[in-house]
Amino acid sequence: MAGYILRRLLQAIPVLLGTTFLIYFMVFAMPGDPLLALFGDKTPNPALLEQLRQQYHLDQPFIVQYFLYLGGIFRGDFGTSFSGEPVADILARTFPVTIRLAIMALIIEFVGGVLIGLVSGLRKGKLFDASALVVSLIFISLPIFVIAFVAQFIFGIQLGWARTTVSTGAPIQDLILPAFVLASITFAQLIRLTRASVIETQSLDFVRTAYSKGLSRRRIIPVHILRNSLIPVVTYAATDFGVLLVGATVTEGIFNVPGVGRTLYQAIIRGEGPTVVSFVTVMVLIYLVVNLVVDLLYGLLDPRIRYVK
Amino acid sequence: MSDPTTTAGAVRPLLEIKNLEVGFQTTDGIVPAVRGVDLTLMPGQTLAIVGESGSGKSTTAHAIINLLPGPGRITGGSILFDGEDLTKYSPKKMEEVRGRQIGFVPQDPMSNLNPVWSVGFQVEETIRANGIASGRKEVRAHAIQVLKEAGLADADKRLKQFPHQFSGGMRQRVLIGIGLSSRPKLLIADEPTSALDVTVQRRILDHLETLTRDIGTAVLFITHDLGLAAERAEQLVVMYKGKIVEAGPSKDILQNPVHPYTQRLVAAAPSLASRRIISATQQSATHSLGDLAYAPTTVTDGLDLIAAAEERIEHQPAVKRPDAIVVKDLTKVYKIRGQGKGSSGELIASDKVSFAVEKGTTTALVGESGSGKSTVAKMILRLEDPTSGSILIDGEDVAPLKGRALLSLRRRMQPVFQDPYGSLDPLRNIGNTIAEPLQVHKVGDRTERRDRVLELLDQVALPQSLITRYPNELSGGQRQRVAIARALALKPDIVVLDEAVSALDVLVQAQILKLLADLQSELELTYLFITHDLAVVRVIADNVCVMQKGRIVEAATTDQVFDSPQEQYTKELLNAIPGAGITLGV
Amino acid sequence: MSSNQPAPTHYVAPLEETPLVAVDAVNVGERKSNLWIDAWRDMRRRPMFWISAVIIILVIIVALFPTLFTSVPPNDDCQLSNSNGGPSGEHLLGFTKQGCDVFSRLIHGTSTSLTVGIIVTILTTVLGILFGAFAGFYGGWLDAILSRAGDIFFSIPYILAAVVIMSVFSAYRNVFVISLAIGIFAWPATARVLRAEILRVKNADYVMAARATGVSNFRILLRHVLPNAIAPVIVVTTISLGAAIVAEATLSFLGVGLPNSTMSWGNDISAAQVDLRTAPQTLIYPSLALSITVLAFIMMGEVIRDALDPKARAQR
Repeated sequence: MAGYILRRLLQAIPVLLGTTFLIYFMVFAMPGDPLLALFGDKTPNPALLEQLRQQYHLDQPFIVQYFLYLGGIFRGDFGTSFSGEPVADILARTFPVTIRLAIMALIIEFVGGVLIGLVSGLRKGKLFDASALVVSLIFISLPIFVIAFVAQFIFGIQLGWARTTVSTGAPIQDLILPAFVLASITFAQLIRLTRASVIETQSLDFVRTAYSKGLSRRRIIPVHILRNSLIPVVTYAATDFGVLLVGATVTEGIFNVPGVGRTLYQAIIRGEGPTVVSFVTVMVLIYLVVNLVVDLLYGLLDPRIRYVK
Repeated sequence: MSDPTTTAGAVRPLLEIKNLEVGFQTTDGIVPAVRGVDLTLMPGQTLAIVGESGSGKSTTAHAIINLLPGPGRITGGSILFDGEDLTKYSPKKMEEVRGRQIGFVPQDPMSNLNPVWSVGFQVEETIRANGIASGRKEVRAHAIQVLKEAGLADADKRLKQFPHQFSGGMRQRVLIGIGLSSRPKLLIADEPTSALDVTVQRRILDHLETLTRDIGTAVLFITHDLGLAAERAEQLVVMYKGKIVEAGPSKDILQNPVHPYTQRLVAAAPSLASRRIISATQQSATHSLGDLAYAPTTVTDGLDLIAAAEERIEHQPAVKRPDAIVVKDLTKVYKIRGQGKGSSGELIASDKVSFAVEKGTTTALVGESGSGKSTVAKMILRLEDPTSGSILIDGEDVAPLKGRALLSLRRRMQPVFQDPYGSLDPLRNIGNTIAEPLQVHKVGDRTERRDRVLELLDQVALPQSLITRYPNELSGGQRQRVAIARALALKPDIVVLDEAVSALDVLVQAQILKLLADLQSELELTYLFITHDLAVVRVIADNVCVMQKGRIVEAATTDQVFDSPQEQYTKELLNAIPGAGITLGV
Repeated sequence: MSSNQPAPTHYVAPLEETPLVAVDAVNVGERKSNLWIDAWRDMRRRPMFWISAVIIILVIIVALFPTLFTSVPPNDDCQLSNSNGGPSGEHLLGFTKQGCDVFSRLIHGTSTSLTVGIIVTILTTVLGILFGAFAGFYGGWLDAILSRAGDIFFSIPYILAAVVIMSVFSAYRNVFVISLAIGIFAWPATARVLRAEILRVKNADYVMAARATGVSNFRILLRHVLPNAIAPVIVVTTISLGAAIVAEATLSFLGVGLPNSTMSWGNDISAAQVDLRTAPQTLIYPSLALSITVLAFIMMGEVIRDALDPKARAQR
């Protein structure tokens, strides 16, 4: 297992360098003044412009700029936001809120998605399965902001069950609706994936052998079917997290949740280019870390990966 | 053997299947798979059901413990186990029968253990579910005992290991241990060793036989190999298209097959044929089946391996002809990329292999998995580059050939591969598949190529109408015919047959072997025949090279190898041909 | 064996009941059959296929000939007096905040979504096939490089990447730039699917047989491997067309998509969000159009997936 972890960590390094380089390249290797391009039709104040020029080392050759920027990231220096507040400080303030929201969404997604997918797969072709398939298809087709607005409209405005915007401090009860909205986008995919995986696993030889050993269905379903079906589901969860990050941006924006997502959302809406770049970088780093964790988890779930001959 | 009965004749059958009907629900209604099967198994007895794929043998076995796949249903009849009708059992009651009273050993050890749980876990859960032991320590101790019985000497150390850390044979031992863990009255063994190497197969079956005899378990043995069935069971049931065509004592059926289908099977089974050929050439009564009266009938026409072998021997010319293939010190070393540091190494797949194949003859390269036989074939075909050594085709060293010269070599040498389902491109029609070599080598124009394809279809006895059809409309045997036609398209001198008949049912296999023999005498072909099945070799090959771990351990004429094997390994392989243990001599 | 067991009899079934069939007789059905023929036969029978096909064709016709469906110009004669007004006369779905006709804008916005969807899909498919095919088929160092490159692109969620690109190119926001911004980071999914499939196909015996015949590597890739590996790519492609439409709408919604002057569903939804309480119709109709279009593509992808999977087909 130690070898596996080490290998995974080593493999993550080129990807980390590659992604940060790619982002940096997209922004700063363009012809013309990258800073002015980032501000679009806004005219930034000269002092800020100068500060940014320093921060991004724009007087240096491109490759040097990149490494200086990378060095900054490793020291936790993600630059300064438009308002002059260090991005790291904003992160410290907003991150806990986003984590809270994300965990709630993940719980809803996994408990619901895996359960519904499992039941669907076990009762393939029955009414429950058919309806789950139709509903999940519809959810997959709905863009997150549409879901958010519909949820806001129905539960917030029509029924009045929830607040349409989150109050300061983001208490858990206020986060329930946004969490459901956030979960809904990946939830449907998870149902379909779990279902397919369960159906596939059910037809495998070792499940029949488990029955032949005299095990009961009640034991076989969790121990042999669900356990094995989770392997592709967990792999999917890593990719899925990218969708969740984008979803968090939109959801936090719409519900006014004071998290990392809303900060990015507002920066995008206001056209604050440099802040957008900083926060996208942060999100990509989070995504990389999550992917790494899921990879390690995958090793735990599948012994064939863990012990390589 | 212990006798559980009190008075003679009062023994109740352990298993009595009466008029069993099983069907599979499809969109077009119920398709019957088993149609009115009757069979009786006495306590402690071993009964084998023999049949080809699709004969309903496995379905019958699965129906007994109600493990039919999804759309399968028992549609009629009864299954009396110890006097109770299992078809009337509730799922709950069935759970208690499974494992506890009826054990099951599945076919493929690779897929029948759950890869995510340790072997110990999977044995222990069986023990717990069947109430054999309780408490962590007792269960563990019992699991170790079960595995030790099954032949895993270091069971206590390996309990925590996962299935992928076990070899196929070891896994099958685990599965046998699981199947017998609660000392069931009946064990259903569904082709328990057909996925394993022959020598491993033999050892495991011997072990299974000893175990079940000691415990007194009756065995229902499912197999496609008549020789194996006769060797392992007192009673034989031959199934064909969902029905029983013949049943009775094994010896009786082998000596005197009455039903034409059984006659076909007996004539076509390589394991049996290879033994009878021995007796035919040596007139020796010491060999097991040597005394069998054998009268080929019209129903076995074209399927009779002995007739085919005799015919081949007749056509053998007396004079020695030049060598078509000469292989000298052929070596292939694979670098294995190590996981983690310092574990990279080398795998010598082929170690200084040398042999020669005379023009117009067949040389068989025989070995178990990992023996390097396929690597040698691929090097000769120039699909792999040799690490060192030379390959002479008609006296010309082909190892360094490139470009145009290599292309013209390919024209003289063509392969036929094993997997009938993978040997043809599923998206190209038969005509295009056979014509591809002609296209690549720019032979003829469109109409000439078409004529050649039609001619080839005739040669392999397939209707010309197939030319516009696709592979998935054909059976495995027919696909292999198409593959043979493709190989012959360029009129090669040499055909390399890499396990070309291994995946086929015996009757189809016999048919293809006959076709190959006919084509050889008609077209003066030289065959290099790669196989794991020594029995088939007896029928088709003139010379044999036995390979083990990348080396040729024995090379001689087929008769020499079969009649007086020199090496221990060759003897083991010969002994492992099912039927070796049958002593039916009067 | 013990002697007390009844002597088993030798049973032989009557030949009439078990007639022999010729061994391995060729039994060819009336209809030809291969993967694609079978898939088409299967799809044809499924209502979901026809529903999504009709929607997709309708969307294409609307995109090409918007004036067939509405005679109201989308932007001209917008009157603020009609702001957020309800349906009336020839204005079927009411008015937007600017007093423009909702229905007309919907119809005229269709081509934007579809164009972005198609360009992105072409881009991701071409890049995905190039990367996936070469990586999977040639293996070795080429695979290592291409796959690592894919990993890197895959590690940046494509909408976030598009947000950055669109921020940098804020002066050049048009249909092509936004399609590029989405497509350039969305291809690794296609590449991965194809690579995995090619790894499976390239070891098939027919590939080996072709090689032994002397067919060149590139020709094997083109004529044998790619056709047999392409099925899952078609599924991914169909579904990604829907996903690209969503991506465009999301970017427009975030304000880094197309400029307000370009008619698009995403822009309309974005503009309508402030009036969710007072005029939900301005938000709901473009959302509905967007969702139904996306649903049609995703449904089509699912139908194709089921039809192309012989195992799934047999189980139904």
